[in-house]
Amino acid sequence: MSEELVVRRISNGTVIDHIPAGRALKVLRILGITGEEGYMVSMVMNVYSKKLGRKDIVKVEGRELSSEEVNKIALVAPTATINIVRDYEVVEKRKVELPDKIEGIVRCVNPKCVTNAPREAVHPSFRVISRKPLKLVCEYCGEYLTEEEVIAQLAGT
Amino acid sequence: MSFRGKDVLSILDFTRNDLERLFRIASSKFEGDELEGKVVALAFFEPSTRTRLSFETATLRLGGGYIGFDAVQGTSIAKGETFSDTIRMLDAYADVIVVRHSLEGAAKLAAELAEAPVINAGDGSKRHPTQAMIDLYTVWREKKGIDNLVYGVLGDLRYGRASGSFLRALNLYSPKKVYLIAPESLRPKEELLDTLKMPWEFADLEEVLPELDVLYVTRIQKERFPDPAEYERVKGSYRIDAALLKNAKEDMIILHPLPRVDEIALDVDSTPHARYFKQAAYGVPIRMALLREVVP
Repeated sequence: MSEELVVRRISNGTVIDHIPAGRALKVLRILGITGEEGYMVSMVMNVYSKKLGRKDIVKVEGRELSSEEVNKIALVAPTATINIVRDYEVVEKRKVELPDKIEGIVRCVNPKCVTNAPREAVHPSFRVISRKPLKLVCEYCGEYLTEEEVIAQLAGT
Repeated sequence: MSFRGKDVLSILDFTRNDLERLFRIASSKFEGDELEGKVVALAFFEPSTRTRLSFETATLRLGGGYIGFDAVQGTSIAKGETFSDTIRMLDAYADVIVVRHSLEGAAKLAAELAEAPVINAGDGSKRHPTQAMIDLYTVWREKKGIDNLVYGVLGDLRYGRASGSFLRALNLYSPKKVYLIAPESLRPKEELLDTLKMPWEFADLEEVLPELDVLYVTRIQKERFPDPAEYERVKGSYRIDAALLKNAKEDMIILHPLPRVDEIALDVDSTPHARYFKQAAYGVPIRMALLREVVP
């Protein structure tokens, strides 16, 4: 079945394609899209893909996501491609690129890290030290954060 | 590079040249009034004896004054004030802030919040840069150099901040070899092992003792073992006494960041190997040199 039969084309906005199967909800979570913003958001999961076998797709109608916003999703969807759509035409196509620094999306796993202390003036901040497999290092305490830990955190509520 | 106004958060903020400049200042028996009219804040959110007293002494010897606390009791933190707010307040009062805290990364956070330079006096279980400076300085003085020596680092290498800082600091030099001597459950985490640039291996103390030029001993805390029986079983393998040292090189030196409990027997104190009291004494000139260089 083609995805076009599942979810209709959008006129204006962003299509995030080639998300690894099953990770669309995590992508929405990273983007901070809850559904309460009022945009029309559609999502398909586990559809056939020539490249990936199975994939997820997210479409956000009426909003063009910036590179900065979208690059954060590389944490869970490094294969994703971003299509910016205007008047039913794809006007821009790009791949996500994991930034060198990740701030405020995941937290440090070290309970003794200052970023986990309540009410302190600090946010978690990580440097990317490996992309495949993903490995982050906490800028405050030096603890590693592995790909599995990132996925597990983003799967939580 | 000048350290004036710079934060001292990790030993790796320094180059070998920086450290050697400090060592030369520390060994020049300098006295001075560089801190006259300056206020050093000693913010010890966790208890400390040597580190706090040697910072106090260093401040007084340079003609400065100090304010601070050495436990959270008696401060507004006991009323619920945050670390961040306490640091902002000290920043308004002092010319430099020396921080000791149980949370990892606390010194970095303090440095982000404060305009005044922040010196990390130990935060969490990984960093203690001024201790590492003292340790390197002791080797530099006592062995006339730090490169090309064989080191044994013994004890709790997983949770001990002094051993971790010392190992990171050795990355700035070229040790011939470093032997890591620890029970399996107290071996360093991969975060530390990944950073080591020198040849190293895990080893058994008795086997490698005759090769060592420097033996760095740290405490193994009983509380780190989930099973007390396991502690009783291994503790003997990590205890140094005069009889054991018969197999050591004559000029091998033993360092310990102190406090020691029973990992070094008292009969070692009178052997020519013992340098841990000298090492503790070096805390003052090193911290004097550092304060002189850092305080704006």
